[in-house]
Amino acid sequence: METEGTYDVQAIRAQFPILSRKVKGKDLVYLDNAATAQKPVAVIDALVHYYSHYNANIHRGLHTLADEATATYEASRAAVMHFVGASSTDEIIFTKGTTESINLVANAWGKSFLQEGDEIIITSLEHHANIVPWQMVAAEKKAILRVIPIDDNGILDMEAFKSMLGPKTKFVSVVHVSNALGIINPVEEIIRLAHEYNAVVLVDGAQSSVHLDIDVQTLGCDFYVFSGHKIYGPTGVGVLYGRRDLLESMPPYQGGGEMIKEVRFEHTTYNELPFKFEAGTPNIADVIALKAGIDFINTIGKAVIRKHEETLLEYATAKLKNIKGLRIIGDVKNKVSVISFVVDGVHPQDLAILLDNQGIAVRTGHHCTQPLMHRLGIVGTTRASFAAYNTIEEIDVLVEALNKSLKMLL
Amino acid sequence: MTNHKTIKNIEQELIDDFSLFETWEEKYEYLIDLGKKLAPLDPAFKTEDYKIKGCQSSVWIHSHEKDGLVHFAGDSDAIIVRGLVGLMITVLNAQPAKEIVNAPLDFIDTIGLSSHLAQTRSNGLRAMIKQMKMDAGVLG
Ligand SMILES: Cc1ncc(COP(=O)(O)O)c(C=O)c1O
Repeated sequence: METEGTYDVQAIRAQFPILSRKVKGKDLVYLDNAATAQKPVAVIDALVHYYSHYNANIHRGLHTLADEATATYEASRAAVMHFVGASSTDEIIFTKGTTESINLVANAWGKSFLQEGDEIIITSLEHHANIVPWQMVAAEKKAILRVIPIDDNGILDMEAFKSMLGPKTKFVSVVHVSNALGIINPVEEIIRLAHEYNAVVLVDGAQSSVHLDIDVQTLGCDFYVFSGHKIYGPTGVGVLYGRRDLLESMPPYQGGGEMIKEVRFEHTTYNELPFKFEAGTPNIADVIALKAGIDFINTIGKAVIRKHEETLLEYATAKLKNIKGLRIIGDVKNKVSVISFVVDGVHPQDLAILLDNQGIAVRTGHHCTQPLMHRLGIVGTTRASFAAYNTIEEIDVLVEALNKSLKMLL
Repeated sequence: MTNHKTIKNIEQELIDDFSLFETWEEKYEYLIDLGKKLAPLDPAFKTEDYKIKGCQSSVWIHSHEKDGLVHFAGDSDAIIVRGLVGLMITVLNAQPAKEIVNAPLDFIDTIGLSSHLAQTRSNGLRAMIKQMKMDAGVLG
């Protein structure tokens, strides 16, 4: 493919066993990468290798297997530290995923530091995972949840944000890249403005971590959270990056083994970072395999993958715009390889069913962003999202299948 | 009640109809057509009370009893689901409550629709059937 230069997409596809399967008799075209990415064989092998060669509980045992498992687990933490540009592995906490990371912060930070009348600011673009935990803690602490509005294209109203900031602003929790629309939010500016009021800022990196270069120190955020399964890693593992002083000031989220230094019935002292926030036996296998996902990205290079994805996005955007009655939601310049669209007179669910019968996996519905859909006045969208292994040919298949589906429906 | 067709009779007719289709496209065109032809539900019933929860599209089912038989009307904002509503009304409408509650409805597998509809709850078919049976149970 000349437009793709030296990017060898076939060699990349060869690393993903699932991409050679058929769906309903057709070649799978997987365009639901914003929901979860497929796994390269290196990630699958890392899981198998762990369970077949050095499965052991970590940090405590003194035998060889425990040593190997601990070292590999901690190597994953170091890989994550580099992946997000943190300065210490103490600032990297393993969780189940973005959702648990946000809940951890909302509980451990929110319950200790929020007071009645304090304000938490989120945006209109948030995933439910960055809404509900804040509603829960706000209700408990009698704090107030405020929402930065957007325009009809999904662009944040930064003037409105500025006017919301004040001495009562204690926490700002914003999505870096909208999962529903793909829009990249100006998080640097949000962080800078929020810090002028000494508010703490969490960036939901569930969608940005796989596409954008992340350096939490340059960004200046206080927390950055993401899920392993969206960066070609396994499900069940996620990350909470937190600034050391904040993590130190926060009480533990859960109690149990691993997170303690010394337990007496009268009093328990807690372990140091990062173990203070990793109670119980962690998800060792998936944490270990997460490194294989990160290595996959690093080996090709995020910038190289991004360039490929941008080519796909541009091509798909142009093609889709030719379809009569189709409207791209969030058709802005600053976005990642996600296209969300609606077609006049067509319910997204009908499209999903007909596309599925043609081997194409897209996401339809509200994308766990019901308030956003409500704001945009739509029931949902159809969303195609591209990853390192997608091809121009697959977009042609999508466009053809879409045309065929619309002909059947209209 | 001379020409009364049982649920089984109607299921068999549908199985015969569907056996003529060779491709998934034909099955869906049939459903879409059924969806387009379904009489719209009285807006008075298009309310939260009659809405079936747990579907990606909105589905409404209204039922009433007349002369010992249960009558259904329904609607959806998605056309294929509307077709499914139409299909289920074709099979279950104007039948005795007990028959509706006890109908195994295995024609759905036989006509090969279940393999074409994603198994997730979002397709709404399962929820729809459950609601119709529950309504029949209450009315019967
Ligand atoms: C922006 C955003 N935030 C949060 C989440 C929740 O992630 P998880 O379900 O992996 O915890 C997602 C996943 O869809 C997301 O896209």
